[in-house]
Amino acid sequence: MSWSLVFHAIEQGLVFGIMALGVYITFQVLDFPDLSVDGSFPLGAAITAKIIFSGGHPLVAIFWAIIGGLMAGGLTAFFHTRLKFTNLLSGILTMTLLYSVNLRIMGKSNIPLLGKITILDNIKSLFPSLTMDQLTPLLFLFIVLLVKILLDYFLSTEIGMAIRATGDNEQMILSLGVDTKITKIIGLCLSNGLVALSGSLFAQYSGFADVGMGIGTIVAGLASVIIGRSIIKNGNIVWMTTSVIIGSIIYRATVMIALRYGYHFGFQPGDLKLISVVLVVIALTFPLVRGRVKAMVMSNDSSSTEKEQ
Amino acid sequence: MLRLRSVYKCFARGTSYEVNALTGINLKIAEGDFITVIGSNGAGKSTLLNIISGTMLPDKGMIRIDNQDVTKKAEHCRAKYIGRVFQDPLMGTAPSMTIEENLVLSIKRYGRGLRLGLNNKRREFFRNKLAELELGLENMLSKKVALLSGGQRQALTILMATMFDPKLLLLDEHTASLDPGISKKIQAITQEIVKEKKLTTIMVTHNMQEALRLGKRTIMMDRGRIILDISGKERENVTIDYLLKQFAKLRKEEYIEDELVLA
Repeated sequence: MSWSLVFHAIEQGLVFGIMALGVYITFQVLDFPDLSVDGSFPLGAAITAKIIFSGGHPLVAIFWAIIGGLMAGGLTAFFHTRLKFTNLLSGILTMTLLYSVNLRIMGKSNIPLLGKITILDNIKSLFPSLTMDQLTPLLFLFIVLLVKILLDYFLSTEIGMAIRATGDNEQMILSLGVDTKITKIIGLCLSNGLVALSGSLFAQYSGFADVGMGIGTIVAGLASVIIGRSIIKNGNIVWMTTSVIIGSIIYRATVMIALRYGYHFGFQPGDLKLISVVLVVIALTFPLVRGRVKAMVMSNDSSSTEKEQ
Repeated sequence: MLRLRSVYKCFARGTSYEVNALTGINLKIAEGDFITVIGSNGAGKSTLLNIISGTMLPDKGMIRIDNQDVTKKAEHCRAKYIGRVFQDPLMGTAPSMTIEENLVLSIKRYGRGLRLGLNNKRREFFRNKLAELELGLENMLSKKVALLSGGQRQALTILMATMFDPKLLLLDEHTASLDPGISKKIQAITQEIVKEKKLTTIMVTHNMQEALRLGKRTIMMDRGRIILDISGKERENVTIDYLLKQFAKLRKEEYIEDELVLA
């Protein structure tokens, strides 16, 4: 495995790690399977590409991308809390309508950012001694850690704990005076804001925004969360968010290895989504299989001891 | 303190499963009163508590707590008046959060902000509160609630429900699903807290002996109505036998009424 592959896996793992943290908020903390992230990831990319392409500052682009994501999350929350749609349907509706919104924003299905000034170029000019290959992972690491620390803090505040309790035991937290509509709105906005931020950074990193780039975002996010959780078992918030980021890096590395060496086994780039689903299935069933194996070993042990007796 | 005026609640109205859970409940409870509620399954005891707490809204009628009309107020708005303990120990706590985090959730009933939920002062406060329970929970502050036994979880729930000195404490057969030993302990903790904080309390129970022994007033419910309401001297002289007979008698009268109507 080449070093460039490792670096790319880490870079991408960090960028998508922000998205995975967003998915963690809805899927794990709020217990709300939010499919709207498939739309809010390209939304962040589309807003960013549009603004940068028209000569706007990358920071302005990132700001509006986050605002766009917050609004997308707010819409899903509106469908669910006000119109009483199920959580799945609310997400699907937002995801679907965002496809059209993203096309409207970009005006076409793809905007290239080659030769445009991105946030990476901005930062590069501050540290002229670093090469782009060194700077990119450092910048992304900095941003992910910043997001993670802020998120850790937020989830430890009184409001943050109320949001966690909403996903854990809604009836209980209602009886303790928390309006769970509000906590769901906050969680969904925050989640989609992070996903859009991730989309914005990815567009600047990869040099384009495409209307179809969000397909499978939720699966990648879930894979990161689940892989992370199967590696780090500690239920403490600080460890949970760490595990999500590590899970994201492992997921990207696995996908890249599959893409790079998969042709030996007849894989094509189009098989990527299939591979990611297989990864999720493996990560989800891993504890189950491990438990079965353990149980088998144990029963073998006990049967052998019985024989000895 | 608490006032219910002709409260009606019907489930699945207009279908063949229609159930009249509450039919014209009138109830007045004074400050500091301790009321025990008994009745057979489906009598409307739990619905009564759900209506008071706002988990369900009544079809008709009026509910006032502390002279405030709360009939149409949502559950989370009434939470500042009410502490509640459910029958199922799993219902009153957040399993994937730690003991101290659960306690943080209970110290405020409104106005939660962006302050960190935990600090050393609060931890110390929680430790003292938990020590009073004498269940050893004070040494497990950062342990997940999912790892606790049913009795420990229920004790924690009681602590959380009464943390904010509620105006009204609702206990819904809160010891029924525990084994006898720990059930007694939980009941003792409850009585202690109720007495110490002088809480107005409504306790639903299946245990008739407990219903007569604890509290100051006993209500018997049947088919969505209050059929017996005794307190003071009258209550002191009542035996379980009498209650059962009274219940059977009322039931019988009703059957006769039914028969007359059907004849």
